[in-house]
Amino acid sequence: MIEIEKVYKSFGKLEVLKGIDLTVNKGEVVSIIGGSGSGKSTLLTCINGLEPIQSGRIRIDQTEVHARSTDLNKLRRKIGIVFQQFNAFPHLSVLDNVTLALRKVLGMSRREAEEIAVKQLEHVGLGDKLKVYPSRLSGGQQQRMAIARALAMSPKYMLFDEVTSALDPLLVGEVLDTLKMLAEEGMTMICVTHEMGFARDVSKRVAFFHQGVMAEIAPPDQLFGAPQHPETQKFLSKVR
Amino acid sequence: MFDFSYRFQWAQAMRHLPRMLEGALVTLEIAILSLVVGIAIAVLLAVARDSKYIWLRAPATAWVEVARNTPALFQIYMAHFGLGSFGIYLSPYTALLAGIAFNNAGYLAETFRGALRAIPETQTRAGRSLGMGQAQTFRLIVMPQMFRVAFLPTTNQMVWAILMTSLGVTVGMATDLTGIVQNLNARTFRTFELFAIAAVLYYLIAKTVMLGAQLIAWRLFRY
Ligand SMILES: Nc1ncnc2c1ncn2[C@@H]1O[C@H](COP(=O)(O)OP(=O)(O)OP(=O)(O)O)[C@@H](O)[C@H]1O
Ligand SMILES: [Mg+2]
Repeated sequence: MIEIEKVYKSFGKLEVLKGIDLTVNKGEVVSIIGGSGSGKSTLLTCINGLEPIQSGRIRIDQTEVHARSTDLNKLRRKIGIVFQQFNAFPHLSVLDNVTLALRKVLGMSRREAEEIAVKQLEHVGLGDKLKVYPSRLSGGQQQRMAIARALAMSPKYMLFDEVTSALDPLLVGEVLDTLKMLAEEGMTMICVTHEMGFARDVSKRVAFFHQGVMAEIAPPDQLFGAPQHPETQKFLSKVR
Repeated sequence: MFDFSYRFQWAQAMRHLPRMLEGALVTLEIAILSLVVGIAIAVLLAVARDSKYIWLRAPATAWVEVARNTPALFQIYMAHFGLGSFGIYLSPYTALLAGIAFNNAGYLAETFRGALRAIPETQTRAGRSLGMGQAQTFRLIVMPQMFRVAFLPTTNQMVWAILMTSLGVTVGMATDLTGIVQNLNARTFRTFELFAIAAVLYYLIAKTVMLGAQLIAWRLFRY
């Protein structure tokens, strides 16, 4: 369970998150939508402790992310994150991109790690690209590799940050299908997305962010069908 | 005007080739060792220079400033005679190696620091997100990419390191190529021939090291 309580986050003087409250239960898929700069990405990087917060707290399975005593390296093994920019490791082959953390973080042997990596890469349709370097992959393929890399660690939670927005429309489908598959397998996920169709289809709840505040959160039918907050209405009327 | 009485005696000079080749090996050895040590220290200096801790930043900056803005000859002198004032006596071989390694580290630190700037912060974030520690992420993700960016400027320093070894003669280095040629010259006075052969050997050493570097790069930087 991910519990976010009254989280405030600033970059210098700029207040980016202004009291976010959100609980994501096991097996639940929550999508976050909202305008550019509303703090969606920042929230994800706070959840896995890449960014410190000013106040409030985030707990993952009862472990407080920003407590001094928390071993973040260990905690991050349970939380996979996939960024908007694929962040492939360019100096490693596709296979090594996926095996690296398995070997160096989880301490697996090369054989064990490769077995898992191959399975994950086949799962996302990259079984024939193992020895290739990321620079030879298309954007969609790189993004799927990044997903496989995160999933190989068998995380309990997955955070996705606009994983389709750097892709051309033809490639969006293949990546979204991968996420849908995950959701059906019962993965707990938070997906920041601009794909309203995707948010509607796979999420149990959709949150709308506006200027650092979670203006509204509701099941997709309700949020898209009858948005309550005026800003949500404005946003949705624009993206449709 | 010109004095044409000097008679070239290549055959006589060539008799000393085996000795000179031995010297060339010593030169190559010092160059390679000074590069290995220099590169290792340069990585640390490059990181330290951008550290948020002043006690890391200040000494690293001082090292880089001195190494880059004083003559290499002076640096080798200091290693040999200067350290003697503190009771540390280095042999000519060690002093030469230390002096060149010091110089290599200073120059390469700046090269590496520039290269680090070229590697996006997101690479580190991606590594940390997978549960890797800070040092681990640097070693496994950032550093390999840094070496690739820095490769060409680093090869310049490689050649420079080889040529700097000839300064060893000023601290009494007698077993490297220049040291040996110097001795032979004092005994035989075949100055032009000996130094011409030595120049060719330096050229060949430099080419060998470059070729070696290129092979390593070809093996390492396939992406
Ligand atoms: N590292 C940083 N340093 C300073 N300011 C930052 C940093 N990261 C984000 N910001 C600022 O925080 C605000 C929120 O950024 P964030 O990336 O979370 O928005 P977002 O909702 O993800 O937007 P988008 O839809 O464009 O990705 C923005 O004003 C941004 O400029
Ligand atoms: Mg964002």
